[in-house]
Amino acid sequence: MTMSATLAELVRDFKANGRIVIVGASLAGLRAAEALREEGFSGSLTIIGDEPYEPYDRPPLSKQVLKGWVPADHTLLPRFRELDAQWRLGVAATGLDRATRQVRLADGEQVPYHRLLIATGTRARQWPNPTEAALEGVFSLRSRDDAARLQRALAERPSRVLVIGGGFIGSEVASVCRELDIPVTVAERGSAPLVGALGGVIGEIAAEMQRDHGVDLRCGVGVSSLEGDTRGHVRRARLSDGTTVEADVVLAALGSIRNVEWLEGSGLAAGFWGVGCDAGGRAFDINGVVTDTVYVAGDVARAPHVLYEYQFLAMEHWDNAVFGAEVAAHNMVSLEPDYRPHLLLPGFWSGQFGVNIKSVGVPPFGDEIVFTQGSVKERRFVAAYGRRGRIVAAVSFDHGKWLEYYARLIEQSAPFPPPPPGWDRPDVMKPVPAEFPAPGVPTAIPDVVLTGHDPSGRSAEFRPRGR
Amino acid sequence: MRIVVDLNRCQGYAQCVYLAHEIFKLNGAEALTYEPNPDDARRLQVERAAAACPVQAIMIDRLDGAERGAPS
Ligand SMILES: Cc1cc2nc3c(=O)[nH]c(=O)nc-3n(C[C@H](O)[C@H](O)[C@H](O)COP(=O)(O)OP(=O)(O)OC[C@H]3O[C@@H](n4cnc5c(N)ncnc54)[C@H](O)[C@@H]3O)c2cc1C
Ligand code: SF4
Repeated sequence: MTMSATLAELVRDFKANGRIVIVGASLAGLRAAEALREEGFSGSLTIIGDEPYEPYDRPPLSKQVLKGWVPADHTLLPRFRELDAQWRLGVAATGLDRATRQVRLADGEQVPYHRLLIATGTRARQWPNPTEAALEGVFSLRSRDDAARLQRALAERPSRVLVIGGGFIGSEVASVCRELDIPVTVAERGSAPLVGALGGVIGEIAAEMQRDHGVDLRCGVGVSSLEGDTRGHVRRARLSDGTTVEADVVLAALGSIRNVEWLEGSGLAAGFWGVGCDAGGRAFDINGVVTDTVYVAGDVARAPHVLYEYQFLAMEHWDNAVFGAEVAAHNMVSLEPDYRPHLLLPGFWSGQFGVNIKSVGVPPFGDEIVFTQGSVKERRFVAAYGRRGRIVAAVSFDHGKWLEYYARLIEQSAPFPPPPPGWDRPDVMKPVPAEFPAPGVPTAIPDVVLTGHDPSGRSAEFRPRGR
Repeated sequence: MRIVVDLNRCQGYAQCVYLAHEIFKLNGAEALTYEPNPDDARRLQVERAAAACPVQAIMIDRLDGAERGAPS
């Protein structure tokens, strides 16, 4: 038999008799499982998830669910095909042994695999003081249970809600509070809401929008402590500027932490920033060498992107989970000439204060911004982000129909400022600094050290820093 | 039944809202929200809305609850 015939035979055999394990039973995990079957994989498929639920969709949680319109358990994701999979729900993976190719579960079971997909996503960063975080009325929002609890608290009409953090989730929750006519304070350490994702120029517009809707928005302040009453219910927050806010519901919307702890000791390039992988979803080991058996998709993945100077990007967006899962699944059952790259132009949407905010590309990659269409005053506009004379992203407020046009420009590395599509041009079209905050210095990054001397013994090792 | 709307793709044209306003609602000018798990009695209505969507952003369950895989 020729070499290529042998390889083709191997792929056929793997598709029929291989064992694939997916860890993380959410958007990326489900879509990868469906894609594997679509690709003709008929071997054994196991899906492991620590939540007790079938895969559900998270974006509705901070929107229609909190508003009380849709129950939290009405968010199950549609299924597009039969999976014939073994589901292990409600049990976490606690370890990975790449030498014996086994995933260890919290109940002690070992699940063997030939190929593994890591899709463990992220979790909400909790309020850092554990005693204060345990006060009744203090919430975070990532899961369906979180949303159900927070929704119940809002339904009891608290006297005031304090949202700590003015990112997308914090801003969406503030919006829901106002729709429900509940007084809400947003405390944002940066200069404006959404500043990390969209920069200070757009942040100012978001700030105005929040204030127009009656949000008590405090920027440039942190929350120093939370105080409870004698029954252990939160009542008050002290802010870094010396003021206090009386609130009986507090949402910590402090961003996310990647679920990588279970990979400790696995020798993968997994850490604070996620699991590093190539643009085909293949995980890197700790030395930066690509693996053949372990793949990554969704919020937990971090891969180089050709359009962004091959920088490693983590794209914590819905479309990235769907598309990344499909690419990883395809590559898991293919040979090298057929590998597919995950060349997604990232996209995002957020509904808040009755405005549809959408973006394409990677706004924080830009350092300049220009308004190209519509009117800022009416909060219906498109703005483009540029870096070194090239368009790298665009954002729209209630102008989503136009984003496709900008997406094509970004994909073609078109010049910045870009040619507007010749419709509803604003009076002023002059690029200004986009005002992204300087990247914060992450606090918990472990040191990576090199060990060993002779070429075969040299490798990298993580040395977690004390917190 | 279960549906999901790809809101990156959705352009807020609101055809779905006209055809099934109990399921799809606009929040403001173009921000679509919807009930992801509508009652099965609405299937026909939802299918019509999905067919009418000019960008095919509405995706419907293709399993009738047969093999969904319950918690083990
Ligand atoms: C409230 C909210 C609103 C959002 N709104 C938007 C939006 O408007 N637009 C948008 O583009 N995106 C939005 N997102 C982001 C989007 O939901 C995520 O990008 C998407 O869920 C990522 O899917 P994933 O499968 O990669 O990860 P996740 O959905 O995080 O799933 C990971 C799963 O793995 C499980 N898991 C973790 N560790 C283990 C372990 N050791 N063993 C077993 N299982 C484990 C987790 O419990 C979880 O179920 C929102 C997210 C949230 C929370
Ligand atoms: S018809 Fe399609 S594009 Fe229009 S609002 Fe509904 S989902 Fe969006």
